[in-house]
Amino acid sequence: MSEPDATTQRSAAQSVADVLLRRREQVAQRWAELPLFRTVFTVTRDEAVEAGQSVVDALAVVASSGRPGDLEASGFDPVRVQIGRMSASRSRAGVSVGQVAAEVAALKDAVVDLLKAELEQEPAEIRHEAVLFASELLATLRLVTLETMLDDGQEIIVRQRQQLLEGATPVIKLWEGIVAVPLIGTLDSARSQVVMESLLEAIVAQQAKVVILDITGVSTVDTLVAQHLMKTVASARLMGAECIVSGIRPAIAQTIVQLGIDLGSVITRSSLADALAMALHRIGLRVHSAPDSPPVAGPAAL
Amino acid sequence: MSQIPVIPLGDVLFVSIQGELYDAVALSLQDDVTNAIQAHNARGVIIDISALDMVDSFLGRVLAEIAGCSRLLGADTVVTGMRPAVAITLVELGLTLPELRTARTVEDAALMLGVWVSSRTSRAAPVAVRQDEPEAMDGGSGTDGP
Amino acid sequence: MSTPVDETVRLRIGSDADLSAVRLQVRAKAQAAGFGLVQQTKLVTAASELARNTLVHGGGGEMEMSEVAQAGVHGIKLAFTDSGPGIADVEQALADGYTSGNGLGMGLGGARRLVHHFDIDTRSQGTTVTIVSWATTPVDPRAVLR
Repeated sequence: MSEPDATTQRSAAQSVADVLLRRREQVAQRWAELPLFRTVFTVTRDEAVEAGQSVVDALAVVASSGRPGDLEASGFDPVRVQIGRMSASRSRAGVSVGQVAAEVAALKDAVVDLLKAELEQEPAEIRHEAVLFASELLATLRLVTLETMLDDGQEIIVRQRQQLLEGATPVIKLWEGIVAVPLIGTLDSARSQVVMESLLEAIVAQQAKVVILDITGVSTVDTLVAQHLMKTVASARLMGAECIVSGIRPAIAQTIVQLGIDLGSVITRSSLADALAMALHRIGLRVHSAPDSPPVAGPAAL
Repeated sequence: MSQIPVIPLGDVLFVSIQGELYDAVALSLQDDVTNAIQAHNARGVIIDISALDMVDSFLGRVLAEIAGCSRLLGADTVVTGMRPAVAITLVELGLTLPELRTARTVEDAALMLGVWVSSRTSRAAPVAVRQDEPEAMDGGSGTDGP
Repeated sequence: MSTPVDETVRLRIGSDADLSAVRLQVRAKAQAAGFGLVQQTKLVTAASELARNTLVHGGGGEMEMSEVAQAGVHGIKLAFTDSGPGIADVEQALADGYTSGNGLGMGLGGARRLVHHFDIDTRSQGTTVTIVSWATTPVDPRAVLR
């Protein structure tokens, strides 16, 4: 098959743009029947037709620019928000990304049918070229839709991630001058960062001299987590507070040794109770049972 | 920009660094503190940096060197009041300054250096007992005894 | 990768006072772009390191500052340019502890750890170091750590 020359391509672009403008009403009417428009614009049929018309207009602008594959084409800009609303509405209805893509692909038939009818008198070569051009244009529309959906998804992920991070770091005041942070679950970089920041803020707010980082609830300690612990300890020290890491389970102790992680000068204790006893000692306090009260077993009797 | 005052308080020198710091001023502070240690026969230096919103490697080095020189002259240096964001940044930069002694407040630093400070802050520790005194000291309504 | 959203600001780096101006301007810009306190401090500190580098090793130069945006997230791009002799061994210059002047040798390598994107272009006629920092941490923070 021979490569179409530039003139043929230009005229294909022009005829597609012309047809879209001329038959805008008909294309929009047919689209209004399709699930993509029908299920999103449910108030009146006119609303769906109107929405369809604005998409046709956008396609016509992009077509006349002669670059049907340009995802960034400014011609799409006026309808990006609308496309976003449509695709968001479809995903809320439980339609998958793939299905939405298929629904957008289904818009092509109406355009191609009208194009063929309009260009009946033209030579076969031009007709063929115009159909190819229109196909590419609609494929781009499909990509624009997918891109919009992915962007929206990304935004939701970022937002939820932030909420998750902020909600998951309690700083508990154990005593005047002593705070504890129980770490739970998996510590990735972003969470460690939030933990570090809230901990250091708490040192200032609570006038803490000793901070206990309890990792009883941490599932695994790898090199990265260890690094974050060291950084937190070093930052707290620079601020004038001492850090104790507690709750190192035997399995985690083994991992730390096996990985060859050097926790260096970090003070560690196996239980939170031991860490608290040490912290109290550091601020010059000691715990003893009152002479007139019956002795209670264990360190839990604080 | 003017120099940073080095204030003698008994046998301790007190320095409070405020605001934007030119490199030259930081360098002259280093000289001033070392000279003042000699002049006042000081055995401690407290440098409060709670007003600083940034410490870069240059300033970090100046602080570490002041501490190093002081030590050689027989004085202990304690840096106080470093802000959280400053501490995180210094550590990320790779400067953990392990030789530097630190305290949260000037008062804590004074305690560390064994300087007398007023005990108006006995708000702390409502129940437990001071290690050096067997009796519980309760400033408030601690009258649950017989 | 990112699009500028406003005018580029140029600052001369020729003295102590200019370093101070760089820090103040970068801080103001980062605040305006919605940076959190820690992000602000990291960027200002990185700028201070690089500006000092430009002054001390490059014999002075300038900093270009602009706000950029990508996928709705705002960032700040800083480019430090000097016409000094260039850096002979970039890998070595980025390694911790390396210094050809005075300092702890944390300048370049340290600054790199404080920002999301770091790029050096060095030749015998001069060096340009470009950094970008985003207001919010990218979705996969591990991806940007080299």
